[in-house]
Amino acid sequence: MTYSTFADARRALDADETSCEALVSSFLETIDADNDRYNIFLQVDREGALNHARYLDSQRKRGHDRPLAGLVLGVKDVICIKDREVSCASRMLHGFESLYDATVIAKLRDAGAIFIGKTNCDEFAMGSSNENSYFGAVRNPLNPDYVPGGSSGGSAAAVAAGMCHAALGSDTGGSIRQPAAFCGVVGLKPTYGRVSRYGLVAYASSFDCIGPFAHSVEDVAWLMEVLAGQDPADATSAPVPVPAYREVLGGSLHGLRIGLPREYFGEGLDADIRRVLEEVVGKLEAQGAEIKELSMPHTDYGIATYYVLTTAEASSNLSRYDGVRYGYRADLDEIRAALAEARTRGEAEQSVLRELYVESRTDGFGEEVKRRIMLGTYVLSSGYYEAYYAKAQRVRTLIRSDFDRAFEEVDVLLTPATPTPPFPLGSKTDNPLEMYLSDIYTVTANLAGVPGLVVPVGEHPSGFPVGLQLLGRHFDEALLLQVGDAVMKLS
Amino acid sequence: MAVSIEDVRYIAALARLRFTEAEEQRLAEQMSTMLEYVGQLQTLDTTGVPPMSHVLDLVNVMREDVVQTRISREEALRNAPDADEAYFRVPRVIE
Repeated sequence: MTYSTFADARRALDADETSCEALVSSFLETIDADNDRYNIFLQVDREGALNHARYLDSQRKRGHDRPLAGLVLGVKDVICIKDREVSCASRMLHGFESLYDATVIAKLRDAGAIFIGKTNCDEFAMGSSNENSYFGAVRNPLNPDYVPGGSSGGSAAAVAAGMCHAALGSDTGGSIRQPAAFCGVVGLKPTYGRVSRYGLVAYASSFDCIGPFAHSVEDVAWLMEVLAGQDPADATSAPVPVPAYREVLGGSLHGLRIGLPREYFGEGLDADIRRVLEEVVGKLEAQGAEIKELSMPHTDYGIATYYVLTTAEASSNLSRYDGVRYGYRADLDEIRAALAEARTRGEAEQSVLRELYVESRTDGFGEEVKRRIMLGTYVLSSGYYEAYYAKAQRVRTLIRSDFDRAFEEVDVLLTPATPTPPFPLGSKTDNPLEMYLSDIYTVTANLAGVPGLVVPVGEHPSGFPVGLQLLGRHFDEALLLQVGDAVMKLS
Repeated sequence: MAVSIEDVRYIAALARLRFTEAEEQRLAEQMSTMLEYVGQLQTLDTTGVPPMSHVLDLVNVMREDVVQTRISREEALRNAPDADEAYFRVPRVIE
């Protein structure tokens, strides 16, 4: 018996009906049975997880309990666990072993969490379908012909497939919320700076956030009590006190002002997703919530702004991969041979070192990562910087102002998480722009730095659940969790 | 704003990447599509709008300038594709 939520597992542990070791063993059985089918875990730390579980059990027997003892977690393979591989699902970092724990890992381990393995994702967290992994696509456990979403597809799928209680992901433009919606689990992107990024491999540093996936809002709240907080190792983590998130669950919704931004319900939204969300809104109104339609006029510029800024940051962040200090290095003998051949053809002389950079990066990165590096290099290049990068930073200010104004009128925004239900594997891989547009409702939260919670509601005719997104004020995760919990219990 | 094959080669050289001719052709098309889409930003009037520097307006996070050793030299060299006891090794750059 695995107990799908940590809250249930904890009650069973406290009643001596199970042990940490039994919980881990049970999840390992599920992983052994199903991982080949879905390609979710890249590495499973069987011995490490079992040993830690036995240690926690022996400590508990002696009366030393920890708040998250028995919580079995999957970790997206862009987050560092000391002495474990962190591949970022890339050939570039295949075999790279972390020298230190990410702050979130150190805090969770200290709280008693058990790390069962590293989950597959889009290479360097770039993608919306988990088809950009060097180790192959992840399949959606609800229907293996469909994508699980991305980039944290493995983490969402691991929770949905019952391979762990919860999982950590990262969200730069929707990479927690979109796969949560596609796999029917709860996913939270916290406020930018709410959770330390130390030990998260960088994609776009002014957007990246670490956050949890779980089966229930209560479990997410539990995790956030440990994950949140300022960290001296991350200067962008915010000095804001961490509330007791679980205490707000179950509170009344009477008088709560919920905003429905028109731009999130316009053309392009699947009719059945709209219908399911409208039903939820009706139920919230019956609970005493005040529903208000409003406008966030710069929403439609979100994707364009996002792709200019994140590719620019990515091209800079990923310049560190040069085949010198770590990561993939191209074969030097082949480089020398190619240079000698070029010399006989009378071509301009290139240095071996420069060629080492070029060949290592060309072979080490996959197609989507290179496409984003190219776009980012372009928008930052001389002559285009003002037109693209500086312009996008101004529009980013306008998008945040939309949120500031909305939160003067309402307490929380309710939107769809995705414009469509999950799409079949391979259906969007030839059209990058169409793939990028599947993040249209999620990128705005990262542009404005606000938190976003996705919970599964209702059922779509396709058989998949519908993802409902709640967006809140900076550092108001507590309200999102309270409303999200109520929404799940109503639907 | 179409991206040419020459643009792709120039940007690839800046980014230290290399592409086959077929890849260059595809990238020129895909980057053109993306830049055309991104061009919608130009239709917005942003006169007087400051560029965002930080979503939370955090400024100047300071700490004491104290040396902290988190990673030893051996550790730092552990993932190197080529190293001796003290240094990363790269091909000779001065003949």
